[in-house]
Amino acid sequence: MSRVGRWVTEHAVMAVAMLVLVYMFLPIFYVVLMSFNDQGRLAYEFQGFTLANWEDPCGPSGMCGAVVKSLQIGFLATLGATLLGTLVAFALVRHRFRGRAATSLLIFLPMATPEVVMGSSLLALFTSVGLSGSLGFWSILVAHIMFCLSFVVVTVKARLAGLDSAMEQAAMDLYANEWQTFWRITFPLVFPGIMAAALLSFSLSFDDFIVTNFNHGNTVTFPMYVWGAAQRGIPPQVNVVGTVMFILALALVLGGSLLQRRRPA
Amino acid sequence: MSAADTGRRTSRTGYLLLLPGLLWLVVFFLVPTIQLAATSLYDPSGSLDSGYAMTWSFSNYWDALSTFRAPFLRSLLYAAVATVLALVLAYPLAYAIAFKAGRWKNLMLVLVIAPFFTSFLVRTLAWKSILSDNGFVATTLQVLHILGPGGRLLATSVAVVTGLTYNFLPFMVLPLYASLEKIDLRLIEASSDLYADALTSFRKVTLPLSMPGLVAGTLLTFIPAAGDYINAELLGTPRQYMIGNVIDNLFLVQLDYPAAAACSVVLMAAIVVMVLVYVRRAGTEELV
Repeated sequence: MSRVGRWVTEHAVMAVAMLVLVYMFLPIFYVVLMSFNDQGRLAYEFQGFTLANWEDPCGPSGMCGAVVKSLQIGFLATLGATLLGTLVAFALVRHRFRGRAATSLLIFLPMATPEVVMGSSLLALFTSVGLSGSLGFWSILVAHIMFCLSFVVVTVKARLAGLDSAMEQAAMDLYANEWQTFWRITFPLVFPGIMAAALLSFSLSFDDFIVTNFNHGNTVTFPMYVWGAAQRGIPPQVNVVGTVMFILALALVLGGSLLQRRRPA
Repeated sequence: MSAADTGRRTSRTGYLLLLPGLLWLVVFFLVPTIQLAATSLYDPSGSLDSGYAMTWSFSNYWDALSTFRAPFLRSLLYAAVATVLALVLAYPLAYAIAFKAGRWKNLMLVLVIAPFFTSFLVRTLAWKSILSDNGFVATTLQVLHILGPGGRLLATSVAVVTGLTYNFLPFMVLPLYASLEKIDLRLIEASSDLYADALTSFRKVTLPLSMPGLVAGTLLTFIPAAGDYINAELLGTPRQYMIGNVIDNLFLVQLDYPAAAACSVVLMAAIVVMVLVYVRRAGTEELV
């Protein structure tokens, strides 16, 4: 039994794991495939190979504009959330203050709240102060910073908590003042965590549909565009954008990990 | 003062660092959430134009629960099934990455998060192609007589649950991996030295030690799945609508804020109960 059991855990687990990965990649494969679809009447079935969608990625009216909107919002939301969240993370790890439990709870709650509740309550707030007519870019941005913030705090905090304070103490022993210690030692050590948090924020913001749907006014982001188009059948160019996003993100992550490996320990 | 507090400084700087971030969360998260709870008790006969009166109408809850009982139960059911399926799929994957992947560990981790790299909506729409009536999955199942002739996958509960499982699977894999990774292999060796077979070792050592990841993964999958309405909208029909679809419709189409708020609060309450159970186990400091 023991030997059989061991053989099963040695090989079957890996085989099952591979199958699960295939399941996770099946939609990605379809996104790439459908980006070459010579689309006729049926938007969701493959009907023939063509390069036309790749040659004319901005063909469907409004789609590329929506992508640009999403990029702008994603960039600004990342900047805001990363800045605010990093400060909070430093306070949590490095400072003593009253109300720590309440603070932790306030940071945790947005991550545990369904998006539909966050989005709708924010809309109700904007409506109650008479802003429902002017919703748009700014209200999407406010909402995105709100829900990215907690994720930044958690990510940066994890990195910061894992730091060995001996390095900072050594710097102080060598007569560096607090400011110098921070910028020369602490910040470079925490930076990978901040970068990870920024990437996470960007992808959360760029991809958000539910919260945006409640607070977008007349502004159309890429997910809003896809949602609107899905009723009629999405244009194949949507899959071109999906494929490009996937390749760029993958290149970024693989490139980043290669760079880290090259760096001398 | 806890042990974790040693080495932390008490100063005004701490409060200054916290202020902007916490203020943002208070104004744009806490206040709206409290206001949502208040809205759920407004007089339901009011409207956006005429304004709402606070009448402490607890009957809104009764009305919401009785009117939307089906989508409520469906949300909990779909989310529960998707969570169990995600656990069944994620555990072997996380286990393989933690213990069997060797030098491929980092690559496999990247592969787990890679599907996130493209848009949620675009991926969900890809399932529409995969599960379509003439797609290979439906036709294969028809040949195997698992699916009757003319039977469909798309626009059924199966499609919605498949989509939910798929979309939230990485949230299950990552915490499971994190807690499996921490397990001291010597403990497993010790159990096999003591003549436990592989299954017993797993049941008595590995599984209990991976519980924190299992609980976290379950929450991280169940919460967004219960509130999701994208999968039900894109892969299902109104017969598969979940509570998220109802809330979205009440807020944005019917403009019935009190009823919509009541539904949101019930959804939130169900989730808070789950989280509290978890906090009991792990403590908030562990969560954030």
